Formats: sequence, structure tokens, C-alpha cells
Amino acid sequence: MRKLVIAISMLALAASAAFADPILDRQALMKERGKIVGGISKVVKDEEPFDAAAVLTQLQALQANAEKFDADALFPSGSDTGDTTAAPKIWEDMAGFKAVEDKYLADIKAATAAAPADVDTLKTQFGAIASNCGTCHQTYRVKKG
Amino acid sequence: MPWLKKLVGALVILGGVGAVAGWVLSAPVRLDSETLAKLGPGDPARGKRIFYAGGCTSCHAKPGSQGDARLQLVGGLELKTPFGTFVPPNISQDPKDGIGAWSTEDLANAMLKGISPSGEHLYPAFPYASYARMKPADIADLYAFLKTLPAVAGKAPANSLRFPFNIRRGIGLWKLLYLSDQPVVPFPDGTPDPVMAGRYLVEGPGHCGECHTPRDFAGGTKKNAWLAGAVAAEGSGVVSNITSGKGGIGDWSEADIVNYLETGFTPAFDSVGGAMVDVQRNMAELAPEDRAAIAAYLKAIPPHPNGYPPRKKPAS
Repeated sequence: MRKLVIAISMLALAASAAFADPILDRQALMKERGKIVGGISKVVKDEEPFDAAAVLTQLQALQANAEKFDADALFPSGSDTGDTTAAPKIWEDMAGFKAVEDKYLADIKAATAAAPADVDTLKTQFGAIASNCGTCHQTYRVKKG
Repeated sequence: MPWLKKLVGALVILGGVGAVAGWVLSAPVRLDSETLAKLGPGDPARGKRIFYAGGCTSCHAKPGSQGDARLQLVGGLELKTPFGTFVPPNISQDPKDGIGAWSTEDLANAMLKGISPSGEHLYPAFPYASYARMKPADIADLYAFLKTLPAVAGKAPANSLRFPFNIRRGIGLWKLLYLSDQPVVPFPDGTPDPVMAGRYLVEGPGHCGECHTPRDFAGGTKKNAWLAGAVAAEGSGVVSNITSGKGGIGDWSEADIVNYLETGFTPAFDSVGGAMVDVQRNMAELAPEDRAAIAAYLKAIPPHPNGYPPRKKPAS
């Protein structure tokens, strides 16, 4: 029993250590976000047929991903250096950064609440959501070599 | 010491000749009448395409503005470069603070020759080194479109440049080295039309090379690393290699490039960022065949490895 407890706590420790790097955390979150956006985009570009239930599931996944985006936890002070393309502007203007993220989440929530019934509605909603990607990356990300 | 006197005399003469030659060589040269005759009447509908291809709003709209406010071309953006800070001016139709009093010829001289109506050299931060490759008729169309946009009062702050870059006359020598209306990438006869149309859009109005090509010590684009990506000329970070060379976009299909220009998403569903965000929004306003032409050209140009140094990975 004691061994089991130790084993479990070691595992937990290892797991928390693996997720203790905010830079890796936020990169994983953005990667997941890109994947979901890519999935919805296939429907928007008419490469896949519109299926209302499947689209709603994807939008909900996008919302869950956005809700996990806790700027304070993912962008703590000091995480501006290292292997990151986060722009210093994030820490200069944390309120502005959060506002862009809030708008992004609000646009997704509007889409999930309305549950698009046809591809044209989805296109409009997706366009609104996707415009936030560039708006945020325009100011808060720096491309590096 | 008569030889010293002779030497000094020779140097003075040489210096004088050099100064006179420099002054003559650096003189602003306006467009000739033959080019001006090709301007034509101008059509605002066609000019709208040139306006978005040229990305005028990216620098001349009020910084941070969105939607229709992007058409209020008051200037004021600060471009911080190693030469100093350039501030794009008001190019709205306000006759006093903007360019409302300019003629078509004035706009053509500014865009094709980098010369203001008063005959001064303009700084090549205004990308006339690319615009010089444009057709005069497209300038006239752009002029007609600009006339449909609002007049907005208010002068943007002046440039703040370091010596010797604050001496405008010096730009004349820069022009001798770098100002040309000739295309950058040669293509043989029989090259498909979209590639040639793409060359015009990319090398001319689109002025893609201004950011995507590394520059030499004098600030000219290196034609032997055309579109290979570069350390950002203003701000921080790097600008992508958009050739098919190592580090570039060789694994993107033409459809991928078209989609990126239209939606801002890369094939891996990363999104457009930095200064390219405004550019992509401009590209999205073009007709599908224009985006396809840009893609065809980018796939046809010589591949180059990255024109910027690799990122120094932090020690872990």
C-alpha cells in the first residue's frame, strides 16, 4: 500500500513537472486549437459535407480549448524568455492581450449558442472567430528564425 | 615642401569634382513625357484592385484602426528602423495635410521615381523601389480610386532619422544603385501567364520583396537572395522565406499559398501574424485569379535558403 502511494505521488509529481512549463503548456494549447480550426475549416471550404451535429461538437471543442486559455497561468512574468515566440508586448499590455482573447472566446460562444444549421451560417461565424487569430498574432507574437 | 602643396591642391580639386559630381548625380529625375503620356484617364474600379495589391492602408491608415477606418489614410504609423524612425504621411484627400491637391503626374512621380511634387527625394521606406516596376496606367487607376476616399485633416509627425540618413539629397545616389523599372526574376518566353501576372503583382505593387528580401549595407534589397526572408527591417523578429529553398515554403502547394492569402491560415493551421496580418487582409480583397498568380510566381522563382540567421536556442 505504501509503495502504491509513493508510486502514485511520484507519478503525479512527474506529471506536474511535465506540465509545469508554461511555454510548453501554451504551445500545446495553441497546437490543439489549430487542429480544431483545421477541422472546421474543411467544412467551411466545402471539402467536407456540412453535418450540424459534428460541427457543433467541433465548435464546443474549440470553446473548451479557449476556456482553458488562462493568460495569468500560461503567461506568468518571466516566461517571456526562452524558446518562445510570445511578444514582449504581452507583458507590456496584459489587459489588451486578455481583451483579444476574451473577444475570441465570446465569438466562439456566440457560434456554439446559435448552433449553425447550415454551412453559410457557419461560414459567417467561422469568419468572425478566425479574424481574431490574426488580430492577436499581429501584436502579441514575434516570428523568429 | 612643394609636393605637399601639390597633393593638397590635387585633393581639393578631386574633392571639388567629387562634390559637384555627387550633387549632379543625386539630382531628382522626374518621369519623362513619354511615360506620362501612358498614364491615361484612370478608372476607380480598377484602381481599387491596385490599392489593395499595393497595401496602401497597411502603412497609411491610422495605426490600429479597423474596418472602414482603414480607408482614412491619415498616416502616423511609426516604422522604427536602424536608420531612424519613418512616419508614413497623410495621403488622404485633404488638400492641405494630405495629397488632395496632387495631380496624377504628381502621384506617378512619387510612386515611380520617388519624387515629391516639390521636387524632393522621398525616402525609400515608401516602397517606390518596387512601385517603379508598375505600369503608368495602374498609377492613374489608383489615383482615380484614391479620389473616392475621404479627406482627413491632420499632419502625421515628421520622420526622425539619424545622420547622414536625414540628408534627402543622398537618396539620389541610393536611387542610382537600386531604382530600376526592370523585373527582378527573368523568365523565358512561353512562361505561363499566371506566373508573369504574379511577377508583376509581387515585384511591383505588392512590394513583397521590401520585407521578404534581405538588404545589403546600403539598404538595397539583395537580388541574389530574392524573397529568401530577412531580419525584420522594422520592429523585431524575422520575415519568412517565401521561396522553395530550405526553411521556405517548398512544401506548400499553390492551393496552400492561395488559401493563406485568402484566409490567413498556413497548411498546418497556424495563423498569419505580425505585419503580414494587414497584408493578408489586403490580399483577401483581390480577385481569386490574382492570388493564384502570386502563388504561381512564388512556386516558379529560384529557391534560396533562409536569408536570416537561425534562431539561437536557449540553453536548457
